Amino acid sequence: MITDWPLLSLVTFLPLAGAAVILTIRGDDALVARNARNVALLTSAMTFMVSLALWNLFNFDTAEFQFVEQRAWLPGLGVTYHMGVDGISLLFVLLSTFLTLLCILSSWHAVTTRVKEYMVAFLVLETMMVGMFCALNLIPFYIFFEGVLLPMFMIIGVWGGTRRVYAAFKFFLYTLTGSVLMLLAMLVMYFTAQTTEIPALMRFPFPDDMQRWLWLAFFASFAVKVPMWPLHTWLPDAHVEAPTAGSVILAGVLLKMGAYGFLRFSIPMFPDASSYFTPFIYALSVVAVIYASLVALVQEDMKKLVAYSSIAHMGFVTIGIFTPTQQAVEGALFQMLSHGIVSGALFLCVGVVYDRRHTREISAYGGLVHRMPMYALVFMIFTLGSIGLPGTSGFIGEFLVLLGVLPVSSLVALFTATGVILGAAYMLYLYSRVIFGKLEKPALHGLLDLSKREILVFTPLLLMVLWMGIYPTPFLKVFHTSVTTLLENNKVIEVPALAAP
Amino acid sequence: MTWGLMMTELPDFLPVLPEFLLICAALGLLMAGAFLREGKAASDVIGLWAVLFMTVSGLLVVSGSGGNITTFNGMFITDHFSVFMKILILVSGSVTLMMSLPWLQDERISKFEFPILVLFATVGMLMMVSANDLMAMYLGLELQSLSLYVIAAYHRDNSRATEAGMKYFVLGSLASGLLLFGASFVYGFTGQTEFDGLAKSLAGVDKASMGAIIGAVFIIFGLAFKLSAVPFHMWTPDVYEGAPAPVTAFFALAPKIAAMALLVRVLTGPFMAMAEQWQQIVMILAMASMILGAFAALNQTNIKRLMAYSSIGHVGYALIGLSVGNMIGVLGLLVYLTIYLVMNLGVFAIILSMRQKGRLTEGIEDLSGLAKTQPLMAAALAALMFSMAGIPPLAGFFSKLYVFIAAIESQMYVLAIVGVLTSVVSAFYYLRIIKIMYFDEPVETFDKPLSRAVALTLAASSIVVLGFFLYPPPLLMQAEEATAALFPG
Repeated sequence: MITDWPLLSLVTFLPLAGAAVILTIRGDDALVARNARNVALLTSAMTFMVSLALWNLFNFDTAEFQFVEQRAWLPGLGVTYHMGVDGISLLFVLLSTFLTLLCILSSWHAVTTRVKEYMVAFLVLETMMVGMFCALNLIPFYIFFEGVLLPMFMIIGVWGGTRRVYAAFKFFLYTLTGSVLMLLAMLVMYFTAQTTEIPALMRFPFPDDMQRWLWLAFFASFAVKVPMWPLHTWLPDAHVEAPTAGSVILAGVLLKMGAYGFLRFSIPMFPDASSYFTPFIYALSVVAVIYASLVALVQEDMKKLVAYSSIAHMGFVTIGIFTPTQQAVEGALFQMLSHGIVSGALFLCVGVVYDRRHTREISAYGGLVHRMPMYALVFMIFTLGSIGLPGTSGFIGEFLVLLGVLPVSSLVALFTATGVILGAAYMLYLYSRVIFGKLEKPALHGLLDLSKREILVFTPLLLMVLWMGIYPTPFLKVFHTSVTTLLENNKVIEVPALAAP
Repeated sequence: MTWGLMMTELPDFLPVLPEFLLICAALGLLMAGAFLREGKAASDVIGLWAVLFMTVSGLLVVSGSGGNITTFNGMFITDHFSVFMKILILVSGSVTLMMSLPWLQDERISKFEFPILVLFATVGMLMMVSANDLMAMYLGLELQSLSLYVIAAYHRDNSRATEAGMKYFVLGSLASGLLLFGASFVYGFTGQTEFDGLAKSLAGVDKASMGAIIGAVFIIFGLAFKLSAVPFHMWTPDVYEGAPAPVTAFFALAPKIAAMALLVRVLTGPFMAMAEQWQQIVMILAMASMILGAFAALNQTNIKRLMAYSSIGHVGYALIGLSVGNMIGVLGLLVYLTIYLVMNLGVFAIILSMRQKGRLTEGIEDLSGLAKTQPLMAAALAALMFSMAGIPPLAGFFSKLYVFIAAIESQMYVLAIVGVLTSVVSAFYYLRIIKIMYFDEPVETFDKPLSRAVALTLAASSIVVLGFFLYPPPLLMQAEEATAALFPG
């Protein structure tokens, strides 16, 4: 029976094995680079296959954890190596494996220096991301959660832009500060509940005042990761300096880790504190949506613009997560997946022109539609996806979140909805400046349209955006039962006080 | 007096066999050195013999691990704790000695006295670990200190090294004086020198007498100096920087482990009854060390000086475990010390091979672009640095995890929060080294061939650091057994 295999360990550690293989490659530089690329591609493709098998074998009718593995690990403390996925985490495993595969494909020619190390870093990163979404014990979870920092620090620092050192340090230290406080909170939970197993902790009633402190410690970590305003300042720097594939993973998966953390820890384990702090989250998120959108409007750098749009979109997600209605939470989850794909794709779009012209200044472009019609089409679809046009994946997520928030607080819904309008403004403004207009700049005359390899990278992303927008049921179905159970267990959450008439 | 009567008066020598062997070896090698012709070969041969004797002594320590055995009228004790600590000391002593020999050859300051002094210092440390009496404690400590004073000034033609030796000697003797003063106070107020007796007499009364408390405080201060815990750390950066690199490597490890072992034994043994008083002191030492170790290291440019501040910080984290004062805390401390030892051996292996065109370098900037010129070495140092910063899944994370577990379990939240925040600050300077190696361009390459001992040490240490998370039980089990010896029942 394939279901008896340790599928989750396989999907987690397969990339690490691939990285180990790459490390053993010897020879002259060109040969090493070629082999490293091939091994990385093969490994990530296999990992993606395994994760597809997970989706295929998943039972959608239960909120229990599936494919569970458990082994003794740290004696004395009773910490085990415990893996499992439920409806909430399954799709993020798929998102991670999917995006890593595309990232490796997209950096095929873009990365030419230290290719071996680059591929190793991405495969290690994949292990950490997938492991984090599967871990069901606090300590392994923390290890995977923090372990992400190591490869990402190297990716930004070694293959990044001119201010890469500053960006890498800022990213690392910001995230680390938040995480260490979370570690202490985890230890407090361990000594209160006498267990580090996440499923058991979800059922443990923490005392009220302790919940608030623990909630704040977890908030410190997750809010930096999401990132929520005003802890977002590392994100634009990291995005601008990271290589294209690094930005894709950063926006596509790393930001989701914070939101996933809220759903896995804050909401089920500290329900009272969560409802107590909901107005606070609403306030920060609304500010994030509006402020980040306005900032995005005036950016001169394409990547920075997309980075600020990420902050705005993640504002939708945090609002949805903390709204105790079925639509809002499902909308938030859907928005996370959609944003993972759309923003990843947008960074790849920026990467396409960056690889050709080596600048990200918006003003350096214009009229690209005349030279690169196919690129213009692809870019447009992802722009519309980011705006949330019906028929694209972005619409479903934002719409569900707004639908879910409306009965709770029409005020929040109102402010959030303005984010949709602002989103349309900055994305269309970007698109028109880059793609439309006359092809005036002489440097742009020689640009080539998308290559076969680039088309290969964009096609699956394009199909996903349209599929999720036109027929979202297969995705919603995955987390429906889990979300229902989550909300039922948390019935105590009351409608927050901010609710306006 | 008959022969038989004398036999009964002789103490049981079996438990002291490792120390006895090392003392005999040191004296024998001293003789051999005096009669061998001066030259390269002599010091190398003697060095290798010293390493061999330390290994044999280590085997004796392991094979003799029974349970609690005291001898010499209760002045000397061996238990699982002493076995654990002695192994750490012997490993650090022998490995640093192995790595030093080729280095000293290259620098042309190789003399046969060096390995012998290391042997004497090591014996002193082993005696400290096994001390079960105030007098035995002082004897061990002084044997260790006197050898270390000489070693610190070993490079006697170098003014910085002699300055370091002088500084260490003056401040060190002051600390020894404090310790002796404290011990006499304790004896004066309790009438006991033996640890078990002290424990009984101090536990008997409801409130320990002020005199005994003052004595205990002085003993803590004396040992804190050897540990270089803030505010007794002043000598550390200067001695680390001034002394030759192999000496620094030795100083960073073995004496700290020995002093920590002694401190743990004294505080959890005879002075356990006044835990409330010493816990506060140790807590302040821990916090101050963590904070200073993090902030003072930020601007350093010399790698040995950086390692000095880093070691101050690490002592702070280890002291968290002691300040908690229970089994979980000491367990955390032992795990911390072991992983600290492994990481430092690796880092010093690299410092010992920092040599450009035959000249020694100590600047952090000299590591520029190491990732391009020597990728394997850079990868190892990067792993070690991430581990020192306590980033999972590397071994350094687990050492921090265990001391924080202890702090949280005893609800010492302030200590834990200070600990994690300073670990973020210190992450900055560890990352800076990685940045210099990976993000900067190479200026000059290091001379290629590493000596075999250095390469082996580096490989072993980075493998342990990288792979510890795969199978942590062996260390944890041993540490647990060692801790249990200190907290019977």
